[in-house]
Amino acid sequence: MIRAEHLTKRFGRRTAIEDVSLDVERGQVVGFLGPNGAGKTTTLRVLAGVFAPTAGRALIDDLDVVRAPLAARRRLGYAPERAALHLEMTVDGLLTFAAAMKDVRGRRARREAVGTALERTGLAPIATRRIGTLSKGYRQRVGLALALVGEPPALLLDEPTAGLDPEQGAETRRLVRLLASEHAVLVSSHALAEVETMCDRVVILHRGRVLAADRPASLAKRLRPATRVDVEASAPPEALAATLGAVPNVRRVDLVAVANGTTRCRVEIEPGHDVRAELATRITTHNWGLLTLTTVEPSLEEAFLALVAANEHGAPEQRPRSGQAPNDPPNESEAEAGRESGQAGRGGLGASEARSPRSGRALDGPPGKK
Amino acid sequence: MTRTLRVCRRELSSMCRTPLAAVLGAVFVCLTGYFFYSDVVFFVLVGGANQASGLWRFVFLDDRLVALLVLPLLTMRLFAEERKLGTLELLFTYPVRDGELLAGKFLAALLTYLGLLAATALGPALLYTLHPFAVTPLLAGYLGLLLLGTAFIACGLAASVVTENQVVAAVLTYGVVVFSWFATWNEAAIGERVAPVLLQLSLFDHFYGFAQGVIDSRDVVFLLGFSALFLFLAHRALGARAWRGLA
Repeated sequence: MIRAEHLTKRFGRRTAIEDVSLDVERGQVVGFLGPNGAGKTTTLRVLAGVFAPTAGRALIDDLDVVRAPLAARRRLGYAPERAALHLEMTVDGLLTFAAAMKDVRGRRARREAVGTALERTGLAPIATRRIGTLSKGYRQRVGLALALVGEPPALLLDEPTAGLDPEQGAETRRLVRLLASEHAVLVSSHALAEVETMCDRVVILHRGRVLAADRPASLAKRLRPATRVDVEASAPPEALAATLGAVPNVRRVDLVAVANGTTRCRVEIEPGHDVRAELATRITTHNWGLLTLTTVEPSLEEAFLALVAANEHGAPEQRPRSGQAPNDPPNESEAEAGRESGQAGRGGLGASEARSPRSGRALDGPPGKK
Repeated sequence: MTRTLRVCRRELSSMCRTPLAAVLGAVFVCLTGYFFYSDVVFFVLVGGANQASGLWRFVFLDDRLVALLVLPLLTMRLFAEERKLGTLELLFTYPVRDGELLAGKFLAALLTYLGLLAATALGPALLYTLHPFAVTPLLAGYLGLLLLGTAFIACGLAASVVTENQVVAAVLTYGVVVFSWFATWNEAAIGERVAPVLLQLSLFDHFYGFAQGVIDSRDVVFLLGFSALFLFLAHRALGARAWRGLA
């Protein structure tokens, strides 16, 4: 429904985005993640037809936004980062104008379209209020309603929760999730937790290039493949670290906190191995009290930071996955991860997978690993 | 066409909701009313028998200045405000062509100006009831004012496209329009070769005929051409976002 094929956008000599490919199907929410200045807004603007790409194609429902701009835009709802609103208009007045501009024909159809958008965004009680008198949260919702009016199948939302209080943010995330049942939603954000909870897939953009694209959990696991276990025990810190560090397949032990005779540490384990039982045995044989032993799931934030750091400083050496010999052929996702985007993007989101544009090596390990 | 009218309607309703349009309208009507009154008094006292050169000429030359004062302030917000608010970005994502956007906003400003001109007709209408006169020179003058105002609006629209600062847009319009007026004032300085060319390009020199009740097709073509040129420039400037971005 929303497809970018090798999009490149240059403003003079400055390259805003380069070779960006992604694909969002109806029923999906795809998170577009990246630090400020990564090129998220530029990509969304190209997809929305605000300006044409320098190279590549942007398609909405298989319609090229450059060759068939009007037809493509009819299938599109766009909410810019800053809620861009005519402050002197009323909420329903502005939505009616938007419905008319989106070619919703007939007064009754427009009224229905406006009513639906108001209902979905919870703006019905303030429909007749002047936008200039509304709070920031409500204005942001009006921006979302503008995108929704006319029920376009493709939605491009540029940081829809920016500047909202936690409650409003949660509400917006719920709404976006709800929208996914009928729409294809591409939502940009730099809030990782938000993307993790809201999106089916995530595309990480950095310095105008796609670094990775996958499901949030898979991405986190792929980029932080090591298993980690948090251990808390009534034990002296040095002795505990030495004991746990001696367990086979333990990569490293980091002390986290020491207080009142208890020590908390994080144990990093080679992927594919479960040494929790062994850790517990070693602790109890020393007659130390085992207080907690918890597996830590890799977070998207860590994955994102690892990826960006790798891109900044060059990718780390590739290391084999668990159960895979160093000379084994890589699995499918690794093969994609190592591909240059020129070969990869054609298959859409999945094809423009994790890679290091500068090094050309796969980014499947944490940077600076020990 | 429908989309042009939608843009025009929204623009008109937006103008009606802002105090700027009301203030500008009041200033326009008050100043033109004052000038009409003083020109009539002047004509009655010393104007002689020729109404076209003794009365309407002065009225329209004065009204021209009021249009010059007010129209750049009316057009300055057309695109600059949308750019500043960020609503221009949203407009670009609607199924509407750049030309339709431009046409809608141009039409809205033109209709507002027509409304203001219509309000100025109250004085002559009252005068006609008291003392009937030949209306052709009056109509020619109004046609001239309309064409001159159209040129101002087109120029103001183009200036409003290139900046998000309304004051800059207004000053830019004043700069272009006033230059096209003053350019021919010092013929000695600009030289014999350049002077005739500048005279041909002067916006105001093409208005004098209308003010005296004469409709010259060359003047009509020039003023329409001036408007078309600036509308074309505005269209190009709007399309420049492809390489310039939205900033």
